[in-house]
Amino acid sequence: MNDRLRTARLVGVGVLALVLFNFPMLAMFDTDALVAGVPVLWAYLFGVWVIVIALLAWIARSR
Amino acid sequence: MPSKVLIVDDEPNIVVSLQFLMKKAGFVTSVARDGEEALGAVAEFRPDLVLLDVMMPKRDGYEVCQELRASGWTDLKIVLLTAKGRETEVAKGLAIGADAYVTKPFSTTDLVDTVTRLLAGEGG
Amino acid sequence: MIDLRVIVVVSVAYLGLLFAIAYYGDRRADRHRSIIANGYVYALSLGVYATSWTYYGSVGRAASTGVGFLPIYLGATIMAALWWLVLRKIIRICKQNRITSLADFAAARYGKSALLGGLVTVVAVVGIVPYIALQLKAISNSFTVLRGEPPAVAGAADPPLLTDTALYVALLLAAFTIVFGTRKIDAAERHEGMVAAVAFESLVKLIAFLAVGFYVCYAMFDGLGDLFGIARADPDLSQLLVLGGFEEYRSWFWLTVLSMLAVLLLPRQWQVAVVENVDERHIRTATWVFPLYLLLINVFVLPIAIAGLTSFAPGTVNPDAFVLALPLAQQRADLTLLVFVGGLSAATGMVVVETIALATMVSNSLLLPVLLRRENALAEHRDLGRSILRIRRITIVGLLLLGYAYFRMAGESLELVAIGLISFAAVSQFAPAILGGLYWRGATRRGAIWGLVAGFVVWAYTLPLPSLARAGLLPASFVDGGPFGIEMLAPYALFGVTGLDEVTHSMMWSMLVNLGLFVGLSLTGRQDPAEHVTASIFIDGMGKLDSSTEARLWRGSATVCQLEVLLARFLGPDGAHSALLAHAERTGADVSPDAAAEAGLVAHVEALLSGAVGSASARFVVASVVDEEPLAVDEVLQILDETSQVLAYSRALETKSLQLQAATTELRAANERLQELDRLKDEFVSTVSHELRTPLTSIRAFSEILSDNPDLEVAERSEYLQIIVAETERLTRLINQVLDLSKLESGGAEWRVEDVDLDDVVATSVQASAQLFRERQVSLEVVADPLRPAPFVRADRDRLVQVLLNLLSNAVKFCPPETGHVEVTSHPDGDWIQVDVRDNGPGVAESDRAVIFDKFRQGGDTRVARPSGTGLGLPISREIVEYLGGRLWVESIPGEGAVFSFTLPIAEGAH
Repeated sequence: MNDRLRTARLVGVGVLALVLFNFPMLAMFDTDALVAGVPVLWAYLFGVWVIVIALLAWIARSR
Repeated sequence: MPSKVLIVDDEPNIVVSLQFLMKKAGFVTSVARDGEEALGAVAEFRPDLVLLDVMMPKRDGYEVCQELRASGWTDLKIVLLTAKGRETEVAKGLAIGADAYVTKPFSTTDLVDTVTRLLAGEGG
Repeated sequence: MIDLRVIVVVSVAYLGLLFAIAYYGDRRADRHRSIIANGYVYALSLGVYATSWTYYGSVGRAASTGVGFLPIYLGATIMAALWWLVLRKIIRICKQNRITSLADFAAARYGKSALLGGLVTVVAVVGIVPYIALQLKAISNSFTVLRGEPPAVAGAADPPLLTDTALYVALLLAAFTIVFGTRKIDAAERHEGMVAAVAFESLVKLIAFLAVGFYVCYAMFDGLGDLFGIARADPDLSQLLVLGGFEEYRSWFWLTVLSMLAVLLLPRQWQVAVVENVDERHIRTATWVFPLYLLLINVFVLPIAIAGLTSFAPGTVNPDAFVLALPLAQQRADLTLLVFVGGLSAATGMVVVETIALATMVSNSLLLPVLLRRENALAEHRDLGRSILRIRRITIVGLLLLGYAYFRMAGESLELVAIGLISFAAVSQFAPAILGGLYWRGATRRGAIWGLVAGFVVWAYTLPLPSLARAGLLPASFVDGGPFGIEMLAPYALFGVTGLDEVTHSMMWSMLVNLGLFVGLSLTGRQDPAEHVTASIFIDGMGKLDSSTEARLWRGSATVCQLEVLLARFLGPDGAHSALLAHAERTGADVSPDAAAEAGLVAHVEALLSGAVGSASARFVVASVVDEEPLAVDEVLQILDETSQVLAYSRALETKSLQLQAATTELRAANERLQELDRLKDEFVSTVSHELRTPLTSIRAFSEILSDNPDLEVAERSEYLQIIVAETERLTRLINQVLDLSKLESGGAEWRVEDVDLDDVVATSVQASAQLFRERQVSLEVVADPLRPAPFVRADRDRLVQVLLNLLSNAVKFCPPETGHVEVTSHPDGDWIQVDVRDNGPGVAESDRAVIFDKFRQGGDTRVARPSGTGLGLPISREIVEYLGGRLWVESIPGEGAVFSFTLPIAEGAH
């Protein structure tokens, strides 16, 4: 992957993360219900976090 | 014993005229219609001279000439007949072992002279 | 309860291990076999972001705000995604210009401004010292918890100075920092031993925290589900699982922004990310490994907080100490000690790196500019290098003692997290000057300075000041009623803005004035020459404009000897000499002592000194030995313009050369096409000549035979005459077709396209070829589809007849006599009508199907057809059909016949 594309994709993931980690996405998952034994909000945040890390790893490691 | 001439051409009318001319000059003739037939006819008819058209289906005159020379027909006289008269083609024909090169349309007198001379030269 | 001796032995042993690792790291670096030249080590060293504030404080914060502790790490994750863009550029600029600290970076960007460097240093020290105090407090607290004493609460008597563990910890850390942080005068050199130790500490704290997390979740409780279930059932604890409201989202957003900036601008992060970076490619690894690290170290924070709140009665244990208190209450001394060591790692790692970073800033950006400007400073000290190192060492001790003093004074009254956020807010004041200066050419020194000053003042007034008031150091009325009772100035509600939490409130106001002044003053002010130069170097930092341009911007005179003497003062005589030789070898510059120093050499010496004393001081020091002619603004602008013009020219040239290359390729292709056409034409002429000579040969031969042999028999004579006539006809036909084809191909043919009755055309053609069919005894049938509409087509009638005649004579030629059968059918197909001519001849072999449409190419056994075919019928037919907008093709099953089909557009209004 060329440098320009890699940079653009990484910045894209950063913007995506900023949106997903904030209002209004946050409010959609802000309930005290449990899903599979863990709180919905906690599961959402850590889930998105894992996805973001996976995307970063994929973009940063690809040749 | 009269000399034997094999006529190879795919144009029936030309074959008719050549047969007439050769017979009139006192030679025995046989006819082949394309290159492949020609190779078989040479082996069978064992001619002293071949009148060989260049542009023919299946195998052209150059190929036939080369093949004949390669397979030991060194004494056989070969006269190439061609409608392509450019110098490169004449040179090519002589280079691969033809004894004469006659351009279509030919003068009948010249053709008969060429054939007679080649066959006489062979006779001594 | 763990015996004090055990705690001390473990602590000392652990610190000893750190010394050993750092020593090993330095030894390896000296032998050029780095152990830190690895993306994962780089990512782990960046883990110094997670301090004891994370280690102990996150649980404390989670115990009061639930998931609210997370933005500090989510923001850092977002910034990690931007590292490849931002951090890489910073690293390149720093490596090129030997910039060693945040303060130096700010100074160097804005015309090597010593004032700005000093300001950044002051803000950093004021903002970070409490943070260092926080680490000392965390260590001290963990000692207390381990010894089973009640955790210190606000107002408790301080222990006597000499028995205070925090003091000894501070001194020990100062020793470590001095040993591994000030080995070399050049601060731009990496501290590999220290980085190795810090990366190791990151690993230790992660393992320890994960261990206690697993223990709490799976040994003390029945997994995450169990803990969350307990929390869900409790009305108080269930509040920790949600954020619940717009105010919370707003704070969350600001915390995200705050941590994005902090993870780049905290001095310790700058130190490990920029100064200690070995290879910029390591950023790619860190981009995902660092966020992963943060995720792992945060997974168990909320569960541990819930476990602590459920296990201990309210008020008995400080939530900041839950991580230690939980295993301790379970009598797990081993696990408790591991957690303690993890906490020690988190705190010491932060203190060491932060202190080195701050010490570099204080010495290079604050003390040296002052010292070197003192009269005779350069003359007095023979060996400046050693004095600079001494200054740095003293600074380190001073900083740690300052931290300790702060801890003694106010530390006990504050939560860990509160101090951490205050520090974050302080360093985020650098963002406009640093990040803005990285991308905005027009940013000026004045804007940067005033923005920073104003932002810092607002920060100080709205965050640390009221917290001091709460700690009892200022009257409490100050917080609520404002100074002198002016409510508009109340520090937590400036100008009556209420309803925000303290950090959001402070960030909003400080960023407003900081950014406002930075942008406003930059837009209204002008840059001086020096600023123009440095701005260009920074903005084009991705390797376009380098210090050679900077060299052009310098005009003055000095001898090499003068410069060498100057360098020797800082690097020692040997160091100075070898540095000059290395430069000479690289650039070919003349470095004999009496030679006049060229601009490139002066720039190089300045860069070397920058690493040692900072860019502002280096500029000053160099200026002291060379006679410098100041450049006027317009001169600088001219030179920079020229440089950018050269860049523009070279870009334009590059574009031009690409265009030329493309044009050449096109020309070559066109030429090849022409040659190919030429070759085809040549071949065509040669073929035509052959085709013409063949009938001529027969004609001449028989004419001569007839003329030479008057005595031929009548039958023979008439046969030969017939041959002559036939061959003459053939010749005529051939000439006509060649002319026809050449007219069609050149577009010179006349066309009369009209609505034509197809049935009529077919009838005409059939009639015209009837004789031919009769001769060869081939039957011909026209099949009309009774259902089709009136078969009018757009065509030229005569040409269409020509096509059909060609196809019919073609068909009859290949049909066996007597049994031959040819069929003509037509049927509409959408807007088209298709005509098929079907024969039952030998068919067309697959390989011949394309070539039969070429000129003079006849398929199959041509002997039979030769006299009547010219080899041009099908090519001409295809030309005609295609001109009329249709298509002509053949389908065939060899042995069973062939179908020649063509299509024509149906006349409009006819269907």
